[in-house]
Amino acid sequence: MEAARQPVVRVRGLHRWLGEGETRVHVLRGLDIDLEAARTIAVVGPSGCGKSTLLYLLGLLDLPDDGSIHFGERRVDNANEETRTRLRGAEIGFVFQFHFLLAEFTAAENVMLPMLKLGRRSPGEARAAAEDLLDSVGLRGKADRRGNQLSGGEQQRVAVARALANDPRLILADEPTGNLDRGNSEALFGLLRELAREKGQTTLVVTHNPELAARCDQTLSMLDGRFVED
Amino acid sequence: MARNSLQLNLRIALRLLLSKRRAMLMSLAGIVFGVALLIVMLAQTSGFEGFFIRTILGTNGALRVQDRFQETVTSMVAADEDAGDTFEVALREGQTYVQGIQNPRQVLEGIFAFDSVVDASPVLRGPVQVTSGFRSEEGRLHGIDAASYLAVSDLDRQIVSGSLDDFGVQPDGIILGSVLADRLGLRVGDPVLLRGAQEQRRFRLVAIFESGIELVDRVHFYAHMREARLVLNEFDSVSYIQVTLDDPDRAPEIAAHMSQVLGYHVASWQARERSWLEVFRALKLSSAISMTTILVIAGLGMFNTLAIIVMERAREIAILRSFGYSRRDILSIFLLQGILVYVAGTLLGWLSAAVLTRIIESIPIRIRGIFSTDHFIMHWSFNHYLIAAAIAFVVVITAALIPARRASLVEPGAVVRGTSG
Repeated sequence: MEAARQPVVRVRGLHRWLGEGETRVHVLRGLDIDLEAARTIAVVGPSGCGKSTLLYLLGLLDLPDDGSIHFGERRVDNANEETRTRLRGAEIGFVFQFHFLLAEFTAAENVMLPMLKLGRRSPGEARAAAEDLLDSVGLRGKADRRGNQLSGGEQQRVAVARALANDPRLILADEPTGNLDRGNSEALFGLLRELAREKGQTTLVVTHNPELAARCDQTLSMLDGRFVED
Repeated sequence: MARNSLQLNLRIALRLLLSKRRAMLMSLAGIVFGVALLIVMLAQTSGFEGFFIRTILGTNGALRVQDRFQETVTSMVAADEDAGDTFEVALREGQTYVQGIQNPRQVLEGIFAFDSVVDASPVLRGPVQVTSGFRSEEGRLHGIDAASYLAVSDLDRQIVSGSLDDFGVQPDGIILGSVLADRLGLRVGDPVLLRGAQEQRRFRLVAIFESGIELVDRVHFYAHMREARLVLNEFDSVSYIQVTLDDPDRAPEIAAHMSQVLGYHVASWQARERSWLEVFRALKLSSAISMTTILVIAGLGMFNTLAIIVMERAREIAILRSFGYSRRDILSIFLLQGILVYVAGTLLGWLSAAVLTRIIESIPIRIRGIFSTDHFIMHWSFNHYLIAAAIAFVVVITAALIPARRASLVEPGAVVRGTSG
């Protein structure tokens, strides 16, 4: 039971400034957060409050100016570039507002790219795993279609499958439904939550959508770089 | 693992490359064109230069031992007042120019002591008036020993009329240059009168040669050494000794050494033909610069295309970085695009160069003056292909490296942040 309570990600005193000179802004002002396994956490707040900046720091795409980030017992905010790259490939899955699929690759190939990079699966195994993932997001029959032959909702579902490709411990989603209509938004979010729960993955979703936030296990509200009570 | 990574990067590079098919084809065409023309130009300039050198070596040999400067030394008697003795002091007054070789047999022995010498032949040369039935021309008689001279020259290959065998068996046989024979209206079998300073003798034209070198064909003619001595009234010395070497490229250093040992002036073919060789060198250099410019322009085209890909694909680069692609992977993906274009461009350039070279060497062209040819002379050398490939490599990789480096420095956080709503 003790192990289960151990947070997947632990953040303490996180600070981040962005910009230079007079335009320099204190975006994150000493955040503390524990992300527990198999939970879906929504981060909500007005534009510019620092939600996405937090997500990029947790995703090791950016470096904090102060504070610490631990993945389990391991401190990762001060890890070198190589380690951070490896951790991103193995431990973290991203879903962004835009799908960012490689247009020259098919849906299956897009999902296979992170797998082949990590190198845990052979190309054949990666193909089978990609088809399974596409099946789980309802796109099995479209595995060999290129990104530009899919609808917006389908492209975003491929992006979800790609985020899950290496069975990451942490899924970070930045406005994952921001470009979708209501029906597709709900379907995609439901899918993301269901798959993450099935595999015991922790999901942190940055969203403006209060309905989606309400469906998460936990909601964190941000204002001016701090968490605030609702 | 590294191999898998390379394969994966190569696959991504190929797909990105094909996404800009038209622009990349333009760059590829530039590289093919540049590589092919560079090789063809090198083949052509080297071909003519090589042919010129072969003509020179075949006519005048790799080395010529000729003339010398003799130290003139006088002595002065001096007396030691204390001892009452007298002694001589040598006084160096200067140098005297001595034309020709007075002791050819000894000098030949000295020449053959050099390992790199293949053959050597003495030649007696002098100005003579050549008279046919109709007219006279000033020429230069070369008295040769037929057997040894053929070993140090291409005279046998330069015969265009008559026969060297006839020359061998006819003591009064004479071989004229083609231009001289034309001017005198002479044909093989015609009698010729040679008039030296003090002596005149009748000869018979047994062969006509054409070296391709205008000056040689207009002035030179050959007779047996014994007959030449009579005409030129010179019975001991020779004018020079023509020498062939196993490696003509080493002629300058061997000439310097031989000169030191023999005490004669020894001229290498490179020193004798310096001005023409400089012309060929300048031609080769200017052609190489022109053709390299084409490659550089092709490289700029490729740089442009890759830079556009990097700009347009910043989001895809960011997403690749987000799921585990390192900066080195991104650098490799963009460099590989350059390498793919380079490999395809170089191979197609090589193929085009081979085809063009084959076509050009069959084009008829009549050249007389410094050599004689009736078609373009192309020199096939794999080195030209390697040189073109090396220049293309430097240009293409430099062109690819800058955008590739820029791609590798893309900060995924900054790019994704810029796209979020």
